[in-house]
Amino acid sequence: MPTIANPPLKLLEKLCRAVSVSGDENEVRKIILEEIKDYADETKVDALGNLLVTKNGRGAKRLRVMLDAHMDEVGFMLVADDGDGLFEFTTIGGIDPRNLAGKQVVVGREHTPGVIGAKPIHLTAPGERQHPIPVDALRIDLGLGGKAKVGDRGTFAPNFRRVGPSIMSKSIDDRIGVATLIELVKSAPPNVDLLAAFTVQEEIGLRGAKVAAHYFHPDLAIAIDATPANDLPMQTEGENTFYNTRLGLGPAIYVANSSTIDDPRLVRFLQETAEKERIPYQIRQPGGGGTDAGAIQRAAAGVPVVSVSVPHRYTHTAMSLSRIDDWKNTLALLRAALKRMTPEILKRQ
Amino acid sequence: MKALIEKLTNVFSPSGFEDAIREVIRKEIKGFADEIHVDALGNLIARKGASAGVRDGKRVMVAAHMDEIGLMVTHVDENGFARFSNVGAVFGRYAPSGRVRFANGAAGVINNELLSNFRETPPLDKMFIDVGATSQKDCPVKLGDVAAFERPFLDLGKRVVAKSLDDRSGVAVLIETLRRLGSGPNEVYFVFTAQEEVGARGAGPAAYGIDPDVAIAVDVTSTGDTPMGRKMEVALGRGPAIKVKDAGMLADPRVVSWMVKTAEKNKIPYQREVLIMGSTDARAIQVTRAGVAAGGVSIPARYVHSPSEMVDMDDVENSVRLLVALLKSRVSL
Repeated sequence: MPTIANPPLKLLEKLCRAVSVSGDENEVRKIILEEIKDYADETKVDALGNLLVTKNGRGAKRLRVMLDAHMDEVGFMLVADDGDGLFEFTTIGGIDPRNLAGKQVVVGREHTPGVIGAKPIHLTAPGERQHPIPVDALRIDLGLGGKAKVGDRGTFAPNFRRVGPSIMSKSIDDRIGVATLIELVKSAPPNVDLLAAFTVQEEIGLRGAKVAAHYFHPDLAIAIDATPANDLPMQTEGENTFYNTRLGLGPAIYVANSSTIDDPRLVRFLQETAEKERIPYQIRQPGGGGTDAGAIQRAAAGVPVVSVSVPHRYTHTAMSLSRIDDWKNTLALLRAALKRMTPEILKRQ
Repeated sequence: MKALIEKLTNVFSPSGFEDAIREVIRKEIKGFADEIHVDALGNLIARKGASAGVRDGKRVMVAAHMDEIGLMVTHVDENGFARFSNVGAVFGRYAPSGRVRFANGAAGVINNELLSNFRETPPLDKMFIDVGATSQKDCPVKLGDVAAFERPFLDLGKRVVAKSLDDRSGVAVLIETLRRLGSGPNEVYFVFTAQEEVGARGAGPAAYGIDPDVAIAVDVTSTGDTPMGRKMEVALGRGPAIKVKDAGMLADPRVVSWMVKTAEKNKIPYQREVLIMGSTDARAIQVTRAGVAAGGVSIPARYVHSPSEMVDMDDVENSVRLLVALLKSRVSL
């Protein structure tokens, strides 16, 4: 195993505690800009709000390598003021309504605190409790304590915890990718031109990545994201055959999902890199889901892509959970891969 | 052309894994194009320039997809059974007892869990591939491996049956058209596209690179000519289907009329196609850059996306004739 300095937990904490719901990624963008300003050759914030960072290599035959991590997170938007501090809201991005009731939230750029209220058990009929409460029957209650207006965004209350080998937060998806990409910008090897895209609006349909890829015109791209680990013991009998990924087995390399068939040359290259450097990895189960790679692949005249994710449990809820070692190994894999990259890896058999 | 179709349908080439078919096609078109290249997504692009001195020709893109539907292993269980997900639209009703082949040569047969109602069509996540293994350890396939259906080519005389006639019959039509075309007034790009079955992902970027004036997708379309089948005008043996509409696009009416007039002028039988389900590469090409006038020439096919698709060789031949006539004509929209 290569020696990897401890991953920057302080930076990750800062990023996770920021509020950056799709369409208003300002807070996270500011943190990144501050972090990378001494390392980048060029930075640009494009029309949609993507932060596009170029770090040039040296020497001949450099691949133009786009690395992508999305700045946004899932959340809510206030849609009606019911008075008495109560607001109707809608969800932004994929949130299961069953994960809403009783959660602490913050609303607006001032992080006004609130709670998603629900009828208490005392007053519900037994049959009623069999069904999830639809979003339009829930309210965000600000307790008349702070200002908010219709159109304000909100998300689960900022949080971050380190517990033994694990970390927990509302927004590991995808601040762990953002933190990884910041580290890669800071330590970019000279054999490639590193084109770092910190994108907007991934959670509502990979919207920022598409234009980011148009700007960079890369030779290849890697999306760095967080992916669900559904590795808990099964409630039914038999083997768990649908875990997506498992905690503790290392970075998850993608082969296919709803948005992309990952380029087999890049999948092979990442596997070879991991094996050579003795970095543990797992293949994410092919199936549903999507990453920015889906949009990048089809931008302009096409881009070979692959995705790498840090596994985490309880995706898109108030608190998800990752292993620090999986993050370390993700960073190690991507660092090693960048160092080994030559135009040869895109050669077709 | 039958031999060519047999050769093409026998090649393993699920979406995203088109290396083998690309090399077969490259050999078949060798010497007929002015320029051949492979783009970033693996589309094979063959350019045939216009005759010297022609000034008002158009840049025409003709696309047929190289890929086929397939399967990908999601998990190998403790007894060596491989669970899988689909690559493209694999229908549950066609899958059980199907035979599959993996890139590494391993083969297997699909079956399913015991269902409470044996009449229902099992969902894919209740199915598995039995590759003859007894444990995870001796299983020759692993998570992420890709497979294609396998079924021998069947020659029924006028009609042929094979897996992946969607769209190897279209690929064969493009190859034959390129061979017969010679030079004409238009600059023609023959594009053998990647990843159509997973959402026309290859064709858009290919069109972006080519920037055509007009585009034609050559693919299969369903028919309405089987017992108690779907209600649809198209039938096997009545000629290529000129696409008016499908679920993903409206063909440019000027392109439709160009095709109809050309067919009538050259006495080539044709049918009009309105397809309720499914689409083709034309859908992605049409909305590339600032837009492309697009249409489709479809080969009628029965049992599409099953391991035993059927086309009529007269339709295949007439599709080639129609395309040659179209590409040799002066295009005026």
